[in-house]
Amino acid sequence: MTELSAVARRAVEAATGAGASDAEAYVSREGGREVRVHGGEVESLTAATQTGVGIRAWSGHRVGYAYGTDLSEAGVAAIAGRAAEAAAVADEDEFAAPPAPAEVEALAGLSDPSIAEWETPRVVDLALAVERTALESDPRLVGVEVAVYADSDEQVAIASSTGVAGEYESSSCYAYLSALAEGEGARETGLGFGLARGPHGLDPEAIGAEAAERALTMIGAGKPASRSCPVVLDETVAASFAGLIGAGLGAKAVQRGRSPFAGRLEEALASEAFALHDDGRDPLGPASAPFDAEGVPRRRSALIEGGRLRAYLYDTYTANREGVASTGSAARQGYRSLPSVAPSNLIVATGDRSLEGLLAAAGDGVYVTDVAGLHSGVNPVTGVFSVGASGRIVRDGALAEPVREFTIAGELVAMLGAVSAAGAEARWVPFGGSVSTPPLLIAEMAISGS
Amino acid sequence: MSGLIDQALAERTLARALANGGRFAEVFAERRRGQTLAIDEGRIESVQSGAEEGAGVRVVDGNTTYFAHVDGLDPADVERAADEAAAALRAERAEPRPLRARETTPLPIERRPEEVPAERKAELLRELDERARAKGAEIAQLNASYGEARREVAVANSDGLFSGDDRTRVRIGVQSVARRDGTVETGAETLGAHRGFELLEDDPGQIAEQAAGKALTLLDAVPAPSGSMPVVVGGGFGGVLFHEMTGHGLEADHIQKGASVYVGKLGERVAEPLLNAYDDGRLPGEWGSDAIDDEGHPTQKTQVIEAGRLTSFLYDHLTAERDGVASTGNGRRESFRDLPIPRMTNTYIAPGDATPEAMIAEVDQGFYAVSFGGGQVDPATGDFVFGVSEGYLIENGRVTSPCRGATLIGNCLDALAAIDAVGDDFFMKTGICGKGGQKVPVGTGQGHVRVRAMTVGGTER
Repeated sequence: MTELSAVARRAVEAATGAGASDAEAYVSREGGREVRVHGGEVESLTAATQTGVGIRAWSGHRVGYAYGTDLSEAGVAAIAGRAAEAAAVADEDEFAAPPAPAEVEALAGLSDPSIAEWETPRVVDLALAVERTALESDPRLVGVEVAVYADSDEQVAIASSTGVAGEYESSSCYAYLSALAEGEGARETGLGFGLARGPHGLDPEAIGAEAAERALTMIGAGKPASRSCPVVLDETVAASFAGLIGAGLGAKAVQRGRSPFAGRLEEALASEAFALHDDGRDPLGPASAPFDAEGVPRRRSALIEGGRLRAYLYDTYTANREGVASTGSAARQGYRSLPSVAPSNLIVATGDRSLEGLLAAAGDGVYVTDVAGLHSGVNPVTGVFSVGASGRIVRDGALAEPVREFTIAGELVAMLGAVSAAGAEARWVPFGGSVSTPPLLIAEMAISGS
Repeated sequence: MSGLIDQALAERTLARALANGGRFAEVFAERRRGQTLAIDEGRIESVQSGAEEGAGVRVVDGNTTYFAHVDGLDPADVERAADEAAAALRAERAEPRPLRARETTPLPIERRPEEVPAERKAELLRELDERARAKGAEIAQLNASYGEARREVAVANSDGLFSGDDRTRVRIGVQSVARRDGTVETGAETLGAHRGFELLEDDPGQIAEQAAGKALTLLDAVPAPSGSMPVVVGGGFGGVLFHEMTGHGLEADHIQKGASVYVGKLGERVAEPLLNAYDDGRLPGEWGSDAIDDEGHPTQKTQVIEAGRLTSFLYDHLTAERDGVASTGNGRRESFRDLPIPRMTNTYIAPGDATPEAMIAEVDQGFYAVSFGGGQVDPATGDFVFGVSEGYLIENGRVTSPCRGATLIGNCLDALAAIDAVGDDFFMKTGICGKGGQKVPVGTGQGHVRVRAMTVGGTER
């Protein structure tokens, strides 16, 4: 048993010792670094370590939570005591109970040794290469806001009074760049990014070139005319929408009547061109882990398939409410947060069209490459959305002039019914959670511009 | 300084941070504690409390900042952070100046929330639940949350500054869902302040009724219109309009990187002469107020627009140094795990002399955005977007149908210049602002404001 598992074990004992009828402890230790470069120089270099424990205590069917950074014996005991006190304040909920232990299959390849092998000067060079590629691409590329490389290696251990015990280690890294282009009297920005388990998996030139291309493309952008028309969403935008859909498929929102998908199981609400899975064990998925935030094995779940809504995502609590099994979909934002149901890696199925094929099928419409204002422009309860967008006009089946300062509006479920084709190539995108998606063609969406 | 870190340890830490050179070093120590609980489906749940402490040390050399943070405030932890920050430097040792402790007066807290029994907070949530449900049988779902947070901070730097602050904030929020046949609508409201539990002694139940009222009103909503039209924006959280379309663009880091549409506009006319606006981190009790910023600089009131002219940017220590000016006390960070960057505190458009009624009466066909769910801006291009949480049509000078699904979109410079009326009905509201992955509490405020023309993006065909 590692040191972290020992802390988790001790925390569980401290909570039951403080009067909890059941307890669970989640311990994480994360080490990471971040490099930000600007103008060929390092702007900041951060070295970080973070360790903490979160304890869930049950008092019968009441549950409370406490977390902290003090992992000394006295520190853990104090946190356990606060968790037990918190449980006393909560109301009785017959479905609140810890999960039973289950066989967890190990998942190899989550931790990449190249993070440890690449010394800091080497990842600084990587970040500088990202920036340099963008700056050297075109004279109209006048600067960068920031170029960033960051990595982290996290160890997680979990233990409970019901016998759950597990640990794993996973690593991740990413690099991104926000580039500034200038032309026709205006400034434009473009984002390029890449993510991998370790720095050797990143392609700095590709990231820099993507940012430059996105910024340069937008030079001279005007407003499109208001209308309803076919829309092609690029992978980054499709991922943002997939994330919203995945959130609406979490059983908590469904059970509490706060999801546009509530009460629609087995309904033919999507087009056959759109299929969605959640896969917590995908070897390439950034969110993959052998078990979820409460120790339940991760798995693959079909959510939307053959045009029908097949399943919701469950953690132990929401599963208990319906008398079904957890789908291993408990998630947390680290030790500070209570586990709650959420997607892991969302996988949107690929189709058979190239991007050119999607644009040709769109005929006359808009290719959307960026959306803004998702947190305020989407109503997660009703699914009604109106968000800011930018991209390119599609004319005669091909990309034409850039457009910005318009909105795309509609309703999430109706949008699924209007997906008329999916692209053949998917990409992992860190927006909307952790999503792998191809570009998508939507038959009709409302555009509001000039 | 709040007992977080004593002067001798701070001096030792700064000396170690400069062991391999550097022109500036700083240690920031923090203890944060909080409690949150919620009510949902009439049941108290998600009762949780947290306690974290740690320190962040930075060393600045040339244009580079070296930063390390650790959990824990044992002297060994804090000094380890200094060693890690200094590890990448290769120059001659530098000497920090002796520290001069500067006393600050934290904002007064009358009733410490951590001394209020959790049961009392649960009772409050039950009251919010009842008050909202009493607004009508069509209220189908109600969830409300209570949160309190205390941050004790201490900061010392190699220029000799040694200061601290003790901040307590309390906030409640209510989200309601109304249902009628197949129609579902939502309404939300919040109340928060840099104050103690005394904030909730008046009648916090009002916000539950307001949240429920919004959802009920929207049951009769029509799809929002699309196109360019005059827009009247409501007071309070309507100030997020100014926060996004001007405030962010005035943060000096964006300016210095050429990533703001306000570059080169200092002293220029950017708005009608009727517009005056401020960032004020000293407003008593306000959500975005603190005694000092997270670099130890006293917070201040900064006029950013005076009679339509741009008068100041918002600076932290490093950006001020680069421009050869004084910090405006806007160096903020989410926690000891983050580097400070220029951030707004309480940002607002000062009261004007128009009445909301008069400014609406002058609009033939337009849109009335009472409140927003939030907004977003790209400071470099100036493109912004706001999701309207409560909006109405204006027809022939009168407020008519409520609208669902509206978004306002535009470009900062155009929209700011198009403000042609500012109301006298000023008030402040609370927000959480995200930038560079860091969230900080900010206040936004204004009376009603009218924009001559703005794009409303709705779903109406």
